[in-house]
Amino acid sequence: MRRFDLTLPRTVDDCVKILSDRGDDAKLVAGGTDLLPQLKNGLLKPRYVVDLSGVETLRAIRVANGSGLRLGAAVTARAIETEPHILSAYPALAESGALVGSLQIRNLATVGGNLCNAAPSADMAPPLLALDAEAVIVGPRGERRVPLTTFFLGVRKTVLAADELLVELVVPAPGPRSGGQYLRHTPRRELDIAVVGVASQLTLTDGVCRKAAIALASVAPTPVRAVAAERALTGQAVTPELIERAAELAVDAARPISDQRGSADFRRHLVKVLTRRTLTTALERARAARQEA
Amino acid sequence: MAKQVLSCTINDEPVEVLIQPYSTLLDALREDLGLTGPKEGCGTGDCGACTVHLDGQPVASCLVLAMQARNRNVRTIEGLAKGALHPLQDAFVRHGAPQCGFCIPGVLMAAAALLEANPRPTEEEIRYGIAGNLCRCTGYTKIVAAIAEAATLTSEGARA
Ligand SMILES: Cc1cc2nc3c(=O)[nH]c(=O)nc-3n(C[C@H](O)[C@H](O)[C@H](O)COP(=O)(O)OP(=O)(O)OC[C@H]3O[C@@H](n4cnc5c(N)ncnc54)[C@H](O)[C@@H]3O)c2cc1C
Ligand code: FES
Ligand code: FES
Repeated sequence: MRRFDLTLPRTVDDCVKILSDRGDDAKLVAGGTDLLPQLKNGLLKPRYVVDLSGVETLRAIRVANGSGLRLGAAVTARAIETEPHILSAYPALAESGALVGSLQIRNLATVGGNLCNAAPSADMAPPLLALDAEAVIVGPRGERRVPLTTFFLGVRKTVLAADELLVELVVPAPGPRSGGQYLRHTPRRELDIAVVGVASQLTLTDGVCRKAAIALASVAPTPVRAVAAERALTGQAVTPELIERAAELAVDAARPISDQRGSADFRRHLVKVLTRRTLTTALERARAARQEA
Repeated sequence: MAKQVLSCTINDEPVEVLIQPYSTLLDALREDLGLTGPKEGCGTGDCGACTVHLDGQPVASCLVLAMQARNRNVRTIEGLAKGALHPLQDAFVRHGAPQCGFCIPGVLMAAAALLEANPRPTEEEIRYGIAGNLCRCTGYTKIVAAIAEAATLTSEGARA
């Protein structure tokens, strides 16, 4: 591996100081599962690496009664897939955590690293996008909050400046009668990258869809919301026919490329199939959810 | 680039060692500490040959910076046997699970973590438990049988 100096801050403030001093020469490492391969193959050549593993506050999972979930940026995929509250109230997010790499990867991989690496295929991005999560970002000028819908700028590009770090994700509670699911298509179950991933999230009031959110991975330079499909569902009684219509509309939000994992046409087909499946499950889960949840 | 002092616990022994800031945990174990049980198959997290336990959880040590193990507990294959062979090791020997043996230290560490979390796994749970480990000799059948037998023997032993 290329040589670099390593700093070991204990607080977010120390991270910001180091980043402001070193700027473009420095790179943060959380779990290292994206960064280390990029250091080893020479894609990145930072002079300084800043280790986040000593910053304890970044590993917190906080549940505020009724007002949602606060996930530290360095919470691992393994913690997300096993945390009982996430499993029950945010099943799509738990499902996406469970799909990342292998157990040896999930014990390292963090949600912040998954988002900040900004791969179009990042599995934890679609559920968080569909849940209307916000990114809490800290830099030398203080703290700012950015909706995840505007966080991604392109392949491996986000709104983060070189002297900023992601500290937390704020995920609003989906509310009673809500349900969601994340599914991805991969040729293998383990250790594969999504050809397409879809997260759907539905909230019902008196049997009518009050809120619908659908987010897609691996079909555009960034994860995207399928806004037209969401609009078609909102305010309607959700029937199999309406789900089919929404699945067709979701395809329009995809701008897929053809690569070794699949052709653009195959990806469009997968968007439709996975949107239909995840909406169907989201509806079942919303109907089964306790009224007071 | 100044070397840094890594203090951690490795196989129940406190360790202090000077390492390069850019060395991985796998390199530090193999090159600086002489623990060559963990293997480098790919160096990119795909094969599991480098699996060690960090605070009891299996990780790909090729993707961990050595300094990230500071103040933590590391267990390698060298620390699995306590006196006698670990029941998993014993079952692997009796079943002839290792062929070339290269993947086996990683498979054993993954299997040991599985049995600690789930002492009586189903065959499917065993297969998912070692899904992060590639065996290039493709000897999975005997590996799975050996893990299943070790699980049965240890949980019967625990009851007795
Ligand atoms: C074998 C293997 C299989 C994989 N399988 C999957 C998969 O199935 N699905 C999937 O989505 N991904 C997969 N990945 C990719 C990777 O594991 C995930 O993206 C993971 O969540 C990255 O998190 P990390 O903590 O390891 O990131 P790191 O490698 O530590 O960091 C990634 C990037 O984010 C930056 N960063 C990290 N934390 C912050 C922060 N708080 N603020 C600002 N910037 C930050 C780093 O500087 C770096 O550029 C796989 C990787 C491997 C090696
Ligand atoms: S060497 Fe670490 S996973 Fe292959
Ligand atoms: S025994 Fe040869 S790689 Fe598994």
